[in-house]
This record gives sequence, C-alpha cells and structure tokens, in this order.
Amino acid sequence: MHITQGAFSFLPPLTDDQIARQVQYCIDKGWAVSLEFTDDPHPRNTYWDMWGHPMFDNPDAAALMMELKGCRKVYGDRYIRLVAFDSSHGWESVRLSFIVNRPAAEPGFRLERQEAAGREIRYTTRSYAADRPSGERYG
Amino acid sequence: MAEAEPIRPQVDDERLSAIDLKAGYALSGVKDVLDELDRTLIGLKPVKQRIKETAALLLVERARKRLGLAHETPTLHMCFSGNPGTGKTTVALRMADLLHRLGYIRKGHLVSVTRDDLVGQYIGHTAPKTKEILKKAMGGVLFIDEAYYLHRQENERDYGQEAIEILLQVMENQRDDFVVILAGYADRMERFFESNPGFRSRIAHHIDFPDYADDELLAISEVMLEKQNYGFDDEGRAAMEQYIALRRRQPHFANARSIRNALDRARLRQANRLFETSNGPIDADTLSTIVAADIRASRIFSNEASQVESAS
Repeated sequence: MHITQGAFSFLPPLTDDQIARQVQYCIDKGWAVSLEFTDDPHPRNTYWDMWGHPMFDNPDAAALMMELKGCRKVYGDRYIRLVAFDSSHGWESVRLSFIVNRPAAEPGFRLERQEAAGREIRYTTRSYAADRPSGERYG
Repeated sequence: MAEAEPIRPQVDDERLSAIDLKAGYALSGVKDVLDELDRTLIGLKPVKQRIKETAALLLVERARKRLGLAHETPTLHMCFSGNPGTGKTTVALRMADLLHRLGYIRKGHLVSVTRDDLVGQYIGHTAPKTKEILKKAMGGVLFIDEAYYLHRQENERDYGQEAIEILLQVMENQRDDFVVILAGYADRMERFFESNPGFRSRIAHHIDFPDYADDELLAISEVMLEKQNYGFDDEGRAAMEQYIALRRRQPHFANARSIRNALDRARLRQANRLFETSNGPIDADTLSTIVAADIRASRIFSNEASQVESAS
C-alpha cells in the first residue's frame, strides 16, 4: 500500500531531478530544508528522526541532494521525507513536506476494532511493518 | 531510448543551425564582466588572458551543446598562485560572477575559507565541518585561501588530511555543482601539490599572479583613493612614487595590500595635519587632497635617510 503523507504523495514518486527543483524552490523562498527518516509510517507518528541539521544557509539544492544520497545509503530501506521549515515571524512552522524515499515493499495497515462498553466500537490502525522491532522492518 | 539515437543537431522552430558566438558573448553579459575586469584591475595581463580563454572555452562549449554536438562539461577547478596582495581574492570574486553568467554554476556566490573553517579540533569533528562548508559552496565557488596549510607534513595524524580527502571526493563526484579555487604563495603551493598528487590531477587551471610593477602600484593607489573620494596633488603623487620604490625593498612587502595600508596611514596623517593647521573654513578640495607631507612622514623615508647617513 503506497502511503499518502505530505505533498505529492498521490503522484508517482518524484525523480531526483524533480526533487532538486522542489528543494530549490523552498530554498529560494528562504525556508530551511532538512531530511527526516523513520520506519514507522503511522500517520500520527509526527516525530521522525532527523538526518543532519536543517540547512539554513545553503543557497543551492545540490547540498540537500548530497545529504539525501548519504541518507539513502544508510536508511534506503525506510521512509525519508523532506521538510522545509519557515523560520519567519508568524509562520515558524513547516511549510512543505514530502516523501522522497520509500521502502521497496509497503505492507500497509491493519484496522483493529475493539468492542467497548455497550455496542461502542473503538478503531485503531496498526502498521503491519511495526509488528517487527524497529530497525528490522522492511527486510 | 534517447541515448541510442544518433546524435543530431536539435532543430528548433527557428532552425538552430548556426550560432553567432559574438552575439552570445554580448548577450550573456560576459562582455560586461570582462570589460569591468579590464577597467578596474590594473596590470595582471597573464591572468586576464587566462580568464578570457576560459570564458571563450565555456562559450564554445555552450554553443556546441545547443547545436547538439558532443560536449563534456569542462573541469574548472583552479589554482591561483602568487605573492600576497596580487589580487587573488578579487579575481576569484569576478570569476564567480563570470562563471555564473556563463551558466556554469547556478548561484555565483563565493565562499571564502581557510584551514580553520575546514579542519576540526578533535577526532570526528573534521568531516562534518568540511561537509558543512562544501554544502554552503554548492552552486558557487569555494575559495580556499592558503590551501597548503591543509597539509601538515610534520604531523601525519593531522586532521587536515581528512579534509583533503573529503574535498577531493566531492570535487570529483560533484563537478557540476561547484568550482574550487585554491590560492596561495607559488612555492608553497608547489610543495603542497607534490605531497598531494590527487589535487594536482584534479585541478586543470593553474594561474600565476605576477607581482605589480611600480607604475602599476601607483595607478592602483590612485584608483583606491578615487574610490574614497581622495586624490594626490602633483607632489603627493611624486612622493607616492618614491614611497613605492622604497617600500618594495622592505621586508613583508605585500603589493596592493601594502599600498592600501600606506594610504590608510596617509589619510590619518592628512586628517591630523588639517586638524592642527586649519584656522577657519576649509573646502572640499583641501579635505580630499593627500599632499607630499602626508606621505613623506612615513617611517620608510626616515629609515632610508638614517641608512644613508650611517652608510656615509
């Protein structure tokens, strides 16, 4: 199951060239770009691990692409996303975020129903990948 | 597959079968940069020649690319060697601008660093530090001043070697993303290259910056003064000419940099002289004229006099 989080996730995966141009757009807007990775793609898991520091003063996208190459070498079997952070007053938050790397196979989510008091049903989603311990998911 | 097709000229609507190099030269704004280089930088003939050649090469490469001919992006990493104060940093700045206008680099900024910016203090500190600088330089020019300090021969465990290795690797892998310019004294650069053959083979252009002649230095001093709205009177100019000839014989002569320092001191003396001697209003001319006395008060003239005295 192709997970859809962040921008462009309903499109086919972006090529490196396309990623570089999106990154350049963010940099030209003055946003700090950085990379984050995780192997727990639950939609409510917002705290992904950082790869390096956010780049506040690199004027060219090649710098991020270099880091992306490095990150893929180590965590190519996990999800990697690009985060563009706007530090200007009033925003101070992420302006754009999209996935730039996915595991080869994405097993998707299981829906669990819990029968609570009365006829109430509580729903929960659980990633099949998360059944295995962190670091051993995705082959 | 696109690669399998025979290489043939790309034909646009307006049939690109010929390219006017001269027009491309004027349009790209390269002409402006080269003209400005000619106008504002005094002397440096061989350097200007090399820059023109580089610009010509890039223009031709670009024309070949547009006509669909086989082209390979040339490697443009450079080495500027010359004595202090011969304009290496200034030319590097212009070079960044030039390469940007030719479309060789995307941003055209110059990141100027020395050993301290690249090499760390402890194990594991160097690699991230060097990478950080390299990332900052992407899309522009990385100018490494006094590059030979990266290599410390007497200490083989020096972290400089690690910085050199990372630098070489990125220079090779990301040739399209940035240009490295190494700068330093000619003899020390030579020794640096001898102990790091990898660097020599990756740097295609070695440009020598010659020392300035006396008349060039005088012209430079006038340009410097003009920029600050100052000027010599006739005697002041003659004094400056003598000063240059004398200063050259002193140790630690740093070409244009020495001249700039001398002028700064002359301005100080001029201000002092005006302050002490003026009664009543003074006009703009007086405020912006450096006279012979401002320059002749220099230590160099008194040293010379005492040397002549002791010799006689």
